[in-house]
Amino acid sequence: MPIVFEKPQGLTNAPMHYCPGCTHGIVHRLAAQALDDLNLTGQAVGVAPVGCAVFAYNYFNCDMIQAAHGRAPAVATGLKRANPETIVFTYQGDGDLAAIGTAETVQSACRGENITIIFINNAIYGMTGGQMAPTTLPGQITQTSPYGRDVTKTGMPIKVCELLATLEAPAYIERVSVDSVKNVRAAQKAITKAFQYQAQGKGFSLIEVVSTCPTNWGMTPVQALAWLREHMLDYYKLGVYRDRYAGEVAA
Amino acid sequence: MPEKVLMKGNEAIAEAAIRSGCRHYFGYPITPQTEIAAYMAKRMPKLEDGCFLQAESEIAAINMVIGASAAGKRAMTSSSSPGIALKSEGLSYLAGCDLPAVVVNIQRGGPGLGGIQPSQADYFQATKGGGHGDYHMAVLAPSGVQEMFDLTCLAFDIADRYRITSMVLSDGILGQMMEPVTFPEEETLNNAVPVEKSWALTGTHGLRPPNIVNSLLMDPLELERSVVERFARYGEIAARETRWEEMLTDDADIVIAAYGATARIAANALQAARAQGIKVGLLRPITLWPFPKAPLLELAQRAKAFVCVELSMGQMAEDVELAIRCQKPVLRCTRTGGVVPSPDEVLAKILEAAKG
Repeated sequence: MPIVFEKPQGLTNAPMHYCPGCTHGIVHRLAAQALDDLNLTGQAVGVAPVGCAVFAYNYFNCDMIQAAHGRAPAVATGLKRANPETIVFTYQGDGDLAAIGTAETVQSACRGENITIIFINNAIYGMTGGQMAPTTLPGQITQTSPYGRDVTKTGMPIKVCELLATLEAPAYIERVSVDSVKNVRAAQKAITKAFQYQAQGKGFSLIEVVSTCPTNWGMTPVQALAWLREHMLDYYKLGVYRDRYAGEVAA
Repeated sequence: MPEKVLMKGNEAIAEAAIRSGCRHYFGYPITPQTEIAAYMAKRMPKLEDGCFLQAESEIAAINMVIGASAAGKRAMTSSSSPGIALKSEGLSYLAGCDLPAVVVNIQRGGPGLGGIQPSQADYFQATKGGGHGDYHMAVLAPSGVQEMFDLTCLAFDIADRYRITSMVLSDGILGQMMEPVTFPEEETLNNAVPVEKSWALTGTHGLRPPNIVNSLLMDPLELERSVVERFARYGEIAARETRWEEMLTDDADIVIAAYGATARIAANALQAARAQGIKVGLLRPITLWPFPKAPLLELAQRAKAFVCVELSMGQMAEDVELAIRCQKPVLRCTRTGGVVPSPDEVLAKILEAAKG
C-alpha cells in the first residue's frame, strides 16, 4: 500500500495529553513538519514553557529543555549563543509570553536574537484552570474575571505582534490562526518560513497562533472555533507585521 | 615563570573564569560586582566563541546561563545580594535540572536595597537554599584575591564534576581590593580534561534519542527519587570537597570561626591575643557548603569556647553550633549593614570568651 499520510519525524509517539478540540496538537504538528521539511529536526533544540504545553518536551522528537514561567526566550538565548549551529525555538502561551515573560519576550526580540518563538494565543491561562490572560478579550468571562474582563480596571488585551513590530531588530513577525484548513496551511507556511529565516541567520521570528481552549472557554470544539472566528480574529488581525526580508526569493 | 599581576578581586574572578574555559558570561549591572561584567565585556569579544551579554535583568541572565549550560558550555553569571535574590528561581531550576553553573555573589548589605558596603548576610541564602525546593549549591568563600582566582577555577570543576551550581560567595571588600595574583600554568588547570556532557542539548543529528533537560516530575515518587539521588551526590561532595584552613588550633582554648574577609581581620586579632598569652586559634571554612563540621567538632573536644566573626547578625554561627552540637559556647562578634569590625572589636570578644 502506498503511504499517503505520515506523522512528521519531528514528533515522538507519546500520546498527547491535550483536551479534545485543543489546538496545541495542530501547532505541535506544524512546527515538527516545518523542521522536517527543512531537514532541521536533528539540529533543533526546543524550549517548553510553563502552561498546558509544558510537556512539549515529550512530544517533540528533538533535544528539549523545560524553562521557568516566562523565561523561555532567555533560556533560548543562552542555548543559541552557546551553539549557534542549533535551531532553537520556544513554544509559549499567552500568560507565559505576554505577562510574566514580557521582559524576556521584548528584549530577545529587541536584540534580534536568532531564535524562533511560536506563541499560542488562546486568550486564557489553560493549565491552571482558565484565568484571565493578558490577551483575554474585553468582557470575556474567566475564572478571575467572573463578571467579564473589565477594561477600565485591567486595560485592553496586548497585541503582541503589533507591539514587537515597533522594534527594529526582529526579522519576521506574523499572526496566523488554526481555525480552518486554509488558515492551518497559512500557519504551516509561516512557521516554516520562521525556521528558514533562523537557519539563514536572519534573526528573531515570532509566529503568533490564534488558538482555542474549548475546556476553559466552556465550549465544544466546534463552538470554540466559531467563537475564535467571531471574536478573536476581529481584535487579533491575521497578517504579516514585520518581514525585513520580504520580497527576497526563498532559498 | 608563572604570570603574576596586580588585580582587583572582581577581575581575578573574571580572569579565572576565562582561564577555566568559560566562554559564556551573562550579567546585569549592580554594585559592587560590576568590574566582573566590565572585564568580561572587554575580553569575551576577543576570544574565539566568547560571549558576553548584558541581560535585561538578573532573572534573564541566570536563565541565559541555564541555556548555555544546557548546551554543554561552561557558563557564569555574577551579581550582588539583591540581584542574587532575583536569580533564586533560576538557581532552583539549575538544581532541579542538574545543570552545572558558576554564580558569583559579591555581597552587600541588606535586606532590601540595603547598601553597597560589604556584607556576609547572604550566608543563609547561599547555604540553605535561596530558591525553592530541596537542594544545595557548592559554596566557596575566598579570603583574598589569589583565592578569588583559585576558587573560581575550582568552582567550575566542581560544577562540571557533580552537575551542581557552584557559588563563589564573596563581598565588596574582596571584590574591590587589589592584591597580586599568580596565574597557574595552563596545564595545571583541571579543565584540561573536560567532563563529558552526554546530556547536553546539541541536537540529536538523528544519531541518538533526544536529550531532555527538565525539572518537572509529576509523579511524587519519581520526584522524591530524583531528590534523594541528588542528595546522594551532595554526600559525595561533602566527603570529597569540604575545605577549610586552620591557624594555631593545636593548643587553642578559644577557636575563632570566620570566613572570607572577616577571617583576615580575625587573624590580626588572633596575633594580638596570642601576644597577650591567650591560646586562640582560627578555623576558616573555605567551603561554606559543604560546611567543615568534622574539624569543628574535633576542636570542640579541646577548646573552651568559639567566637564567630561575621558581617551579619550571626548566620554561620548557627552552623558552628550545629557542627559542635552545642557542646561549647559560641560567642558572636558581628557587625552588619556594611559595617566592618576592627581587629580590636574581635580581640575584645576573644578576651570575653577567654574569661569564660
